[in-house]
Amino acid sequence: MVLTNLCQYHQVYLCYRVLYDWKRTPARAVTRDGVDGVRIGKYENYTNRNKLIPFGLNAPDRAANKKRASKVLENFQLHRLPPEDEALRAPLRRLLSDCLGTTPASARARSWMGFNVELSRKLGKAGYVGLTLPRRYGGQERGAFARFVIIEELLAVGAPVAAHWIADRQSGPLILHFGTEAQRQEFLPGIASGEVYFCIGMSEPGSGSDLASVRSRAERTAHGWRLNGQKIWTTNAHHSDYMIALVRTSGTADDRHVGLSQFIVDLKAPGVTVRPIPDLAGDTHFSEVFFDDVFLDDDMLIGTEGAGWAQVTAELAFERSGPERIYSSIVLLDAWIAHLRAVERLDNAMLALVGRLTAQLATLRAASLAVTARLASGEQPIVEASVVKDIGTGFEQSLPVLIADDLASHPEEGVDEDLNRTLFYVCQVAPSYSLRGGTREILRGIIARGLGLR
Amino acid sequence: MDTMLLDPFVRMLDDACTPRAIRDVEAGRGIDAMWATIAASGFLDALVPEAKGGAGLTFDQVTPLVFATGSHAVPLPVAETIVGRGLLGLDASAIPDGPLVLADFGDRGGGLIPSAAVATHIVADMGDRLCLFRADTLTVRPSGVHGSLSATISGGARSSAITEAERPAAGIRSVAAIIRAAQIAGAAHRVLEMTTAYAGERIQFGKPIGKQQAIQQTLAVMAEQSVMARMAAHIGCAEALAPRIEIAAIAKQVASAAAVEIANIAHAVHGAIGISEEFDLQLYTRRLHEWRMADGSEGFWGPILGRMRLESSESGSVDYIRSIEPS
Repeated sequence: MVLTNLCQYHQVYLCYRVLYDWKRTPARAVTRDGVDGVRIGKYENYTNRNKLIPFGLNAPDRAANKKRASKVLENFQLHRLPPEDEALRAPLRRLLSDCLGTTPASARARSWMGFNVELSRKLGKAGYVGLTLPRRYGGQERGAFARFVIIEELLAVGAPVAAHWIADRQSGPLILHFGTEAQRQEFLPGIASGEVYFCIGMSEPGSGSDLASVRSRAERTAHGWRLNGQKIWTTNAHHSDYMIALVRTSGTADDRHVGLSQFIVDLKAPGVTVRPIPDLAGDTHFSEVFFDDVFLDDDMLIGTEGAGWAQVTAELAFERSGPERIYSSIVLLDAWIAHLRAVERLDNAMLALVGRLTAQLATLRAASLAVTARLASGEQPIVEASVVKDIGTGFEQSLPVLIADDLASHPEEGVDEDLNRTLFYVCQVAPSYSLRGGTREILRGIIARGLGLR
Repeated sequence: MDTMLLDPFVRMLDDACTPRAIRDVEAGRGIDAMWATIAASGFLDALVPEAKGGAGLTFDQVTPLVFATGSHAVPLPVAETIVGRGLLGLDASAIPDGPLVLADFGDRGGGLIPSAAVATHIVADMGDRLCLFRADTLTVRPSGVHGSLSATISGGARSSAITEAERPAAGIRSVAAIIRAAQIAGAAHRVLEMTTAYAGERIQFGKPIGKQQAIQQTLAVMAEQSVMARMAAHIGCAEALAPRIEIAAIAKQVASAAAVEIANIAHAVHGAIGISEEFDLQLYTRRLHEWRMADGSEGFWGPILGRMRLESSESGSVDYIRSIEPS
């Protein structure tokens, strides 16, 4: 590039020089003033002095707040799945096609709630469960991107994943991070083979979003712990082998985050009663669980006594980080699109809706991949994951509402019975999408904290 | 982030596009000073190949600059000129100086074009080729909207074109829509910063309003919509100079829908002062609305994408999205 021909002013040269150097030496040190001491004319050390009108008393540091908001946004960059992780897709797809065959959409829509031991074992045997766990515990030592591919494939077709789901995404990572070596050896291989199933004991009759108020209590005995209390709304407790329960081990509910601990509870142990609770869609996917003088061995305590709150927070971060929270209604979306193709309707309102939902899904998927990339680089993107989960569940919940309106606006079209059953099932359970794993309001509180507001 | 390229550009905008300077341009007090600074920076030829006297950058590399034109409420068509000069395929020295805007003169032409009232030249999509016109050979009708430099452009006999160039396969509207999406994302970033900062210092009921849960929840939604606009813009910018229509549609559908919600929340949190002329918020929120409509709103792009989705061979939505993912 002939710089001198273009340079009417010194400043022009400097800007070109920056472009020029930047292209050739991307690895060179960046200073605030440009490249290796090249000054950017009069723009060096420039600060924008345009101040807003000052308000209020004791104004907090507005610069710090701005920085927080910027950091959240700037973590959302475009990422592509590495080819070695994409390669996991095809064989898994074959396995799922063999197992699911012609399972109707109304059954596949139950994906998260579909308890299918046979499929979970096949997935475990093929190495798709406990993917991120170390090999010595039966895992594959794969990263966050590999997990993204597997989860996406499972949910896109509505595979019944409930049996191994919680063990795979929450309990396994929790035991790996906070458990003893003995606990890892005892539980992780069974989780990775898709044969040992866990549920999460958090909610109680008096403790929902205010999780720190749990009252179930474990008291020290000569040889371990004695557990009394109750959990409720526990997904799949009646099918699971173990529960990881958050209980109080010291103090009272007034002590809040202090004095909580996590235990692995064998659900077949004496004193444990599990009572399934039917749900509004005619399924029984959750239960209430009673503990009546349940004996817990010392080595069933996970992590540190009294550190349960910090551990649960980390566990919920695993829960909120994946691509799970954009695909809950995807079977319904695809069944509706199949219907539209079959009836060959092409009105503008419907086309606008298909386009809008497709655009939102593509954008959410890119955002979820951005969160996955932060995970893959070893960060804990708690705020970013909460952003994706909150938008994602909103998207999932909007689908049945919008599709129902479209279908009911065209009574002349015959709607397949299975599509109707799928639609009503998703309509009925959709409110749970923004409850499970932390309500919408809790997530938005986390985001607000990330913005520096609390 | 390639701060080596972005930082000097941002410093230039901080200097040239102060809120006072933006207001002066919007009030019709001339664009020469602002344009001279920007033109002299050399950034306008960022996309012109090196062999033709430009900097030879790719759009991917220029993307942060386009975002910055949004976050700085740049009133002149800087991003459009960078892209327009890149599309013309000429030597930098052969391209007329002065602000360019991008216009669609094809079947679905028309509509208000931001900054068109101050453009000296127009790169127009004629349906088969791009034509470069002098603005004074066309009919440029300013919108008359207060503070807006948008205008409709019509006319343009091919015989009066200065030069012709190859048309991007998806049309210039797709390219322009992606620029708008990036500008929306940039403006959203700035407005989110302003609004969270304001919520932290405006005292009511004895404490900053940002301590109220209702405001916190609202600002969380604003951050989410800003993320959506940003992510959609990145999807678009991955293909910007030669985008596929479906990629432009994703970018602009999502960014346009987000723009309105972001502007509304910003004003709701700021209260009455946000409506005042002297407070800078309006510089950004007026543009959010203008950019939302420019080059097709969410209602323009939605049906285009919807039709492509239905006509595709993919039965699953995830497979469809993966099949069109920018490479």
